[in-house]
Amino acid sequence: MARILALDEAIAELVADGDVIALEGFTHLIPVAAGHEIIRQRKRDLVLCRMTPDIVYDQLIGAGCARKLVFSWGGNPGVGSLHRFRDAVQHSWPVPLEIEEHSHAGMANRYAAGASGLPFAILRGYTGTDLPAHTDSIKTVTCPFTGEELAAVPALNPDVGIVHAQQADRQGNVQLWGITGVQKETVLAAKRSLVTVEEVVDELTPRPGAVVLPTWAVTAVAEVPGGAHPSYAQGYSERDNDHYRRWDAISRDRAEFEAWLDREGLVERSAR
Amino acid sequence: MTFTADEMMSVAAARSLTDGAACFVGIGLPSTAANLARRTHAPDLVLIYESGTLGAKPDRLPLSIGDGVLADTADSVVSVPEIFNYWLQPGRIDFGFLGGAQIDRFGNINSTVIGDDYADPKVRLPGAGGAPEIAASCKEVLVVMRQSTRSFVESVDFISSVGYGRGAGDRERLGLRGRGPVKVITDLGVLEPDPRTCELTLTRLSPGVSVEQVRAATGWNLEVADPPTVQEPPTDTELRVLRELKATIGAEA
Repeated sequence: MARILALDEAIAELVADGDVIALEGFTHLIPVAAGHEIIRQRKRDLVLCRMTPDIVYDQLIGAGCARKLVFSWGGNPGVGSLHRFRDAVQHSWPVPLEIEEHSHAGMANRYAAGASGLPFAILRGYTGTDLPAHTDSIKTVTCPFTGEELAAVPALNPDVGIVHAQQADRQGNVQLWGITGVQKETVLAAKRSLVTVEEVVDELTPRPGAVVLPTWAVTAVAEVPGGAHPSYAQGYSERDNDHYRRWDAISRDRAEFEAWLDREGLVERSAR
Repeated sequence: MTFTADEMMSVAAARSLTDGAACFVGIGLPSTAANLARRTHAPDLVLIYESGTLGAKPDRLPLSIGDGVLADTADSVVSVPEIFNYWLQPGRIDFGFLGGAQIDRFGNINSTVIGDDYADPKVRLPGAGGAPEIAASCKEVLVVMRQSTRSFVESVDFISSVGYGRGAGDRERLGLRGRGPVKVITDLGVLEPDPRTCELTLTRLSPGVSVEQVRAATGWNLEVADPPTVQEPPTDTELRVLRELKATIGAEA
């Protein structure tokens, strides 16, 4: 049974320094408030996994929470580069950032293998690219039936999987809809999971095509209205495109970024 | 109507898409071109975005591949593992539409790092995303990129997605299933692989652009078709629709 907790309690209990964590959400339903709580609680040495690290990962990296990033595309979608990510890779600021780089198909299959309880996934991918030469978690296997050589990637089983959803009921059953990305796979692959939701309702209304995560497959649920902002929650909020554009200017400069952390109450200057 | 080099590029890219085809679309120039095609000569073009939207029919340009307008207007929304495993990997998609930071004479694309040391790059770029498997699995790949000696280089610093590898026969040797990049559409013209060597060759010029201009914007000794044709300028309708589309998003894309 999922327990319904406050966000700060949930992060304090579920996320430990050094953990492998995944905050997923494909443009839609990104668990941004949970990311901010991780910054606020000054978690350190995290291995951050995410197909599309965008501005919440830029913030976590800039705040010094991460030692490693496992990803397939890191950018500010529709706007440009992630400057805190770049600064960490190119200049080790504020701490060096190790990277483990995949393609989208590779990452999606790593989560799917993790959710399936299998040790690895196969795909027809990566061939001829320079990715396998720089990523230890890309190998090849030979098909035992046809002899074809295929790419193999290990299952991704994060210590903690965190996603955002539209609704949960009081028993902790979760429902999400719209673009559902790899959220289901992330929760099922993770050892512990947290779902932040727009709203806790008495009873979920069944929706065709929605993803339902039953309470017994989830560790904790936290009600965080607007917890995906500046991304969006279909049926609840619109994507704040201006926020993504503004992030470009804030993140370009280290001092601007630190002032932003202060302004948002994420880090007290004396504590950094 | 007068038009810019970028507008000619978007129109030429849109014209490359055939009605009824399924197209795997990335954000930016490819998305602009695909949405233009759907509003002009290809109303039944099937737009597929890697966020899992099949058959999206957005009434404005999406700002990202996961824009809510794509889910709201799609025939179906599926998970990300499904879009890559069931729809892209088996070769069901006709066109893949890619851009990147660098492209070389054999159509290999770099969107990962600039500089020869991966561990200590001059510039860290976003990364490959969906491109490796799009380039491998779509029946044909179209590339749309602005042309300069910085972006059109002798050989890319990192192969994020494969064009023709080191030349003719390489795709077959690697077991890649699609045909590869059949057209590279730029603000100056169109490059197509030489049928014998697979090297990108200038086949079409944008109106008012000279062969010398294109050569000066290319980082290798560019072969030129004899003679290159000149593209039809954008029609008034194409320009009007393109400008209306871009007005839905602001200056970007």
